[in-house]
Amino acid sequence: MTGTRTPAAAAAAATDAILHDTLHGDHRGVVVDSPPGAGKSTLVVRAARELAAAGRPLMVVAQTNAQVDDLVLRLAEQDPQLPVGRLHSSEPGAYDPALTGLPAVRTSAKIADLAELDVVVSTAAKWAFIKVAEPWRHAIVDEAYQMRSDALLSVAGLFERALFVGDPGQLDPFSVVGADQWAGLAYDPSSSAVATLLAHNPGLPQHRLPVSWRLPASAAPLVSAAFYPYTPFRSGTGHGDRRLAFAVAGDGSGVDRVLDEAAESGWGLLELPARHTPRTDPEAVRAVALVVRRLLDRGGAATSERSADPAPLTAARIAVGTAHRDQAAAVRAALTDLGVSGVAVDTANRLQGREFDVTVVLHPLSGRPDATAFHLETGRLCVLASRHRHACIVVCRAGVAELLDEHPSTEPVQLGVAVKFPDGWEAHHAVLAHLSEHRVRWRP
Amino acid sequence: MSLIETLARMEAVAAGRARPLTTVRHRHLSERPLVLVPLTTSGEAGAPLGALVGTDREKPLLLAVPQPRDRDLRFAFLAELAEAVLPYLDGFADGIEWEERQETDPETGKKVPVQVELCADAPQLIVPSTPGVGYVRLLGRSMRFRRTAEQDPQAPYPAPPQVPLLGRWFTHVGERARVPGASLLLPMTGLLTRHWATGQSMLEDQHLGALLVWIDPPPGTSGRAAAEYAESARDADGQLRCPPAGPATDPAFDNRLLAPAMARYDAGLPGAEDGVRDLVESLLRPTWDAVWHGIDLLRALPAGAHVADRWKRDRWSYTAHRDRVRAGEPPQPRRDDAVTAARKLSARESAQAQLDAQEALDDPLVMAGRRLAGAAFQGTVTAVEPAFSEGRRPMPRPLVTLRTADRPQLSEGGKLYRSLADGKTQTAEFAGFAPDEPDAPVVRLTGGMGRGREPAPGSVPEPDDTVCWTLFEHAPRGGPALPDPQDTPWTHGGPPPDPAAESPDPVTAEDLL
Repeated sequence: MTGTRTPAAAAAAATDAILHDTLHGDHRGVVVDSPPGAGKSTLVVRAARELAAAGRPLMVVAQTNAQVDDLVLRLAEQDPQLPVGRLHSSEPGAYDPALTGLPAVRTSAKIADLAELDVVVSTAAKWAFIKVAEPWRHAIVDEAYQMRSDALLSVAGLFERALFVGDPGQLDPFSVVGADQWAGLAYDPSSSAVATLLAHNPGLPQHRLPVSWRLPASAAPLVSAAFYPYTPFRSGTGHGDRRLAFAVAGDGSGVDRVLDEAAESGWGLLELPARHTPRTDPEAVRAVALVVRRLLDRGGAATSERSADPAPLTAARIAVGTAHRDQAAAVRAALTDLGVSGVAVDTANRLQGREFDVTVVLHPLSGRPDATAFHLETGRLCVLASRHRHACIVVCRAGVAELLDEHPSTEPVQLGVAVKFPDGWEAHHAVLAHLSEHRVRWRP
Repeated sequence: MSLIETLARMEAVAAGRARPLTTVRHRHLSERPLVLVPLTTSGEAGAPLGALVGTDREKPLLLAVPQPRDRDLRFAFLAELAEAVLPYLDGFADGIEWEERQETDPETGKKVPVQVELCADAPQLIVPSTPGVGYVRLLGRSMRFRRTAEQDPQAPYPAPPQVPLLGRWFTHVGERARVPGASLLLPMTGLLTRHWATGQSMLEDQHLGALLVWIDPPPGTSGRAAAEYAESARDADGQLRCPPAGPATDPAFDNRLLAPAMARYDAGLPGAEDGVRDLVESLLRPTWDAVWHGIDLLRALPAGAHVADRWKRDRWSYTAHRDRVRAGEPPQPRRDDAVTAARKLSARESAQAQLDAQEALDDPLVMAGRRLAGAAFQGTVTAVEPAFSEGRRPMPRPLVTLRTADRPQLSEGGKLYRSLADGKTQTAEFAGFAPDEPDAPVVRLTGGMGRGREPAPGSVPEPDDTVCWTLFEHAPRGGPALPDPQDTPWTHGGPPPDPAAESPDPVTAEDLL
């Protein structure tokens, strides 16, 4: 039982098993499920280095250019001598200029320039255009749960065997056109790459990383129970290991009280009066901006296991998450009005894979008259609720629990499609029930 | 629903009349469409009750099944339907033009131009509603695997040769209808809701009668009152005054009129067959007229500039299927294999992106919706500053400052596109806002200026010009090539089994009650 081991020992054991299967197993694929912040990137970097060290050149498939650049930087940081190729598109600005300064990293838009390097990294979209005579013996597919089945189809001919790593709880891939006609087929092109892979190769070894190093002890149990009920994980840190404190005392306003609550407990819910609003609810948007402004004004300091001294909570360590792009744009405008810059404001889709000290979330259902499948999607809420190392503050209109009760999930059940647990409805209720214990009511 | 559509719906509620969503027609409408109004039997999947079909609005052909549970009658109906529809579908096969296409030469491996046939026009089927499209697909599926006496002399109940052929055509147009912007098979409700916003919900818009009276209310009544009448008014016998557009029928009609008429037919009473036919026609005729009314309304709109381009793709699709039929290829398989499914999805996604872009470029009202959503902006040029790229051979990269009231969702370095007078697209990137002027975006032109040291004349906007930039591409590219189906990788189950090995479903005891 892993419960008796320390988190570090449990994580190391899981990593060893994964590397053993990857390097010495006889299966064509290995699947690794990783909860938020469980060291997925660290695992990918380590697996790549070990494969390269064993004299087995490999290709790495990531989903976005930012992820590819990040991986290359991490590889170079861990092993400056490792020859790494960054395959990129021919458009200007296709990759991070920071890569050009790295001695062992070569960038090119042509695979022929990179062919003999130990590790070649690129996006799935770029790999799909590559033709090679001899496939790679190994590949690592990162963020495999966010990769669509058809994207895997177009790159799978490039490698013989692969390690698939990803977070099953985050947002599923989607298509802008209907794909219902293939629902239930094992190779439904709109489903995730892992779903297709496992449907066709049910015997592949599946591992999971058991410890989240990002989420604090206050968040891991909730995120685990609400989004990963059958594959629980725990926090790598204890309750006393992380602390958020403010230099300036609160002024007693709702915004300051929710900050204090979040600093104390890791969660805060700033509840505005119930009201049906447009998507870019001006009051809620302003409340989000005010929370960020006060976070910065009050001189927050974050103490963690990373350093002995408290680190100041700067704008770069704060993120705002929304469901829609226009909401993000509205929050950005409101922050500019309050003179705040440097805070990442984005949708759940774009915050995937990123990490901050404190996140401020505009609840996806706040002020809505209905709860659509988009807003109920489990992955969206999971991403928003699992980006933080210290605290998460949710801004929401009252009445979401009633809204949920009025809108049970009505998605049609398709034959042959694995039903996803938990559904968004259940996950929303679980998170809301927990947040209600950290509620501060506020009338702007 | 976009903000501008919400606005149009609210205006429609206030005015009691539908509001236009477009200024032009965004779908191809054939000179001579084939209208098909099918009806199905309730409680019996894929058992047609009747249909009105034809290209002449005054003289539709009535097909009716007096007892849909009788399979012989059902098959006779399908044979008659095939006789009515196939000549129309085939009628476009021989009027061809020649097109040049690049093909890979199998010997040299080089791309060489070849002349290929392209049908000059293609058939267009119009059904009343979206479920009607589904019904065409269902009929296609039920017919295309039927065995003819020639294929299988031993099989009981052989189908006439035109029935599986019609099944293949119905399957083809049904699949093509899933491609955004395709026009081989269109539902009238879908056509009308693309072009007008009513003051009712999208669900209510599925009722063709109610939708039409919102768009074209009878004199002296409001759309809302007329729609309510169309949806729910019943006569003294409890029958709807405006029958639903099908293919499902109203239960009151089934119970009070159809069931007794069928019972008389089953009892062999004289004139009973005509009785059922008259009933079916009474239900179909209002919908038939409504479809033609909708066609009239749409014909009054001028076609958008890109409609002919998209119709050409439909013509390619028609020509390709014509060639498959002529080559004697087997019917479309029951399920797509992994590669075909991925290809179709990718083609549809690029068709969707292309359709969205083309509709906005063809239509200022659609573009206004995109501007409102922050995906485009229009403004007046206030300043143009010449600038050049760095590098060995500097290229012109002029900076254009605009003044705009739009609120585009711009990010530094984000790509922008503008349509030029000659139809080409100019690319640019967002270079930030002018100092202290949040409504004055600066755009750096990056293309469409020729190859010279100086921009080609007319390619750079001048002060006081009104220009419209979009954040979306005008001609989005398709995805990468996928492997051949026989090269399907292990992740997707390997190569699919040979389609010829697929046998028809075995006959079970339940097939013959």
